[in-house]
Amino acid sequence: MKFDIELDKCVGAGVCAIAAPKVFDQNDDDGIIVVLNPSPSPDQEAAVRDAAVRCPAAVIKLTEQ
Amino acid sequence: MKQADPRTARVVIVGASAGGTSAAEALRARGHEGPIILIGSEQHAPYDRPPLSKQVLGSAPVDSATLALRGKDHLRDLGIEERYGVTADDLDLARRRVELSDGTAAEFDRLIIATGVAARKLPHAEGLAGVHTLRTIDDALKLRSALTEASRVVVIGGGFLGTEVAAAAAGQGAGVTIASSSRTLLQSAVGELIGQQVTDLHRGNRVRVRAGSEGRVRTLQSRGGRVSGVTFVSGAPEPADLVVVCIGSEPAVDWLRFSGLAVEDGVQCASDCSAAEGVYAVGDVATWHNPRFNMSMRVEHRTNATEQALHVAERIMAGDRTPYAPVPYFWSDQYDLKLQAHGYLRGHDEVHVAEGDLTSRRLIALYRRGPALTGVLAVGAAKALRQWRSRIESGMNWDDAIGLT
Repeated sequence: MKFDIELDKCVGAGVCAIAAPKVFDQNDDDGIIVVLNPSPSPDQEAAVRDAAVRCPAAVIKLTEQ
Repeated sequence: MKQADPRTARVVIVGASAGGTSAAEALRARGHEGPIILIGSEQHAPYDRPPLSKQVLGSAPVDSATLALRGKDHLRDLGIEERYGVTADDLDLARRRVELSDGTAAEFDRLIIATGVAARKLPHAEGLAGVHTLRTIDDALKLRSALTEASRVVVIGGGFLGTEVAAAAAGQGAGVTIASSSRTLLQSAVGELIGQQVTDLHRGNRVRVRAGSEGRVRTLQSRGGRVSGVTFVSGAPEPADLVVVCIGSEPAVDWLRFSGLAVEDGVQCASDCSAAEGVYAVGDVATWHNPRFNMSMRVEHRTNATEQALHVAERIMAGDRTPYAPVPYFWSDQYDLKLQAHGYLRGHDEVHVAEGDLTSRRLIALYRRGPALTGVLAVGAAKALRQWRSRIESGMNWDDAIGLT
C-alpha cells in the first residue's frame, strides 16, 4: 500500500504513531509526523488505515490499496 | 422495539462536524449498506474546528474549502445523504423520527446525536456591535476581519479558546487583555502550577492578564450601540473596541428537551455511549461513564469526536455494548509552543513537574487523581509523552510513576 502525507496540516497529535508505530513516528520537538516506512507491508495495512481515519487533521491520504 | 439488521438499518446522524462525519464514514467502512442521513445545521459541508482559533485568526488566507474535513464528493460517493442548513427541532423516540426545521422528518432505526456545543454568551451583550463569540467558521471569519481593525481587544475567559484567541489577536498587533476570574489562565484545564506558567507566557508576549476578582467582569460599556469598554468587580475598567467572549460552551441539547432523554450537561449515555435503545451520542455533546477512569465525562476535544464516533459505529455494526474507555487527548497552540496532554486532567488531586518548564520549551507534568496516574501534559517532548500515555493506559500507580521521574 502507498500513502501521501500533507505535512503542513499535521498538528502533532501523534495519533498515527499510536495506531501504526511501525510506520509512523513523531519529531520529538513539536510532535510532527515522521514516516518510518513509506511502503508498509500488507500486515501493516489495517494499522495505517486506522491511523488515517483517526488523524485529527486528515494528514494521511491512502493512494494505493 | 426489535432492532433491524445493522447492515441495512436506516441511520440518522444529527450533527455534521467531526463526530457526525466520522460516524457516517466508519459505518460504511464496517460494511453498512443502508441509508445514512447526515444532518448539519450550518450551510457549509463538514469542516474542522480547531483551526478556527489557531490558523484562521492568523494571517494566512482560510475559507471553508481549506478547512474541509473531507474531499468534495467523498461523502456523496459513499452514498451518504447530506442535508446541510437544516436544524433538528425535536426527537420523537416512540415513533423513531427526528423533526426538522424545514418541516420534514427523518425516520431512523439508529440515531447518532452529534450536535456538539454552542458558545455560551454574555447576558445583555446581545446585539452590541464589537462583541464576538467563536464557534463556527462564520464566527471566525467575522472575528478575523474585526481583528484587523481593532486596537484594544479584551478577551473574556482564560480557557483554551480565550488564550488562543488572545495569542492570535496579539499577533495581529492589537493591544490585548485577557480577563479571567480564575487565579491563572487555563486553571481548570491544567491546574494552577502549569496555569501560572501559561499566564507568564502570555505576559511575556505583551498580553495583559487580569486574573481573579480583577478579571471578573461586571458589565460591558457601550457607546452608540458599539462596545467601548469592560468594567470589573475590582480594578480599573478597560477600554475596548473589540470584545471576544470565550466563557465556555453549552451542549446543544435544546432540541432534545421533550424527547425523554436525560440531557443535563449533555446527552447522558451508558458506558457504551448509548442513550436509549438504538440511540447514541458522540463528541462534545455526549456524557458517558468512562470505565478506565471510573468517572462520568464529557470531552470537548477534537480527537475524542472521531474516537467516539468510531466506537459507536462499531457498536451499531456489532450489536454489542462494549464500553468506550479512551485515554483522552488534547493539544493547544500557545504562540509558538504546542501544549499536548493525554488522560483526564480536570479535577486532579496533584501535579508533579517531572521535567523542565515552558520557558525552556520542554516540560513534562504528571497528574494524579486518587492513587493513580491519570494525566500527562508536555511541551516539546512528543515521544516521552507517548510513553506516559501508555502508563496511564495501563493504570499505573502514582508512586510508581513518580519513581520513574
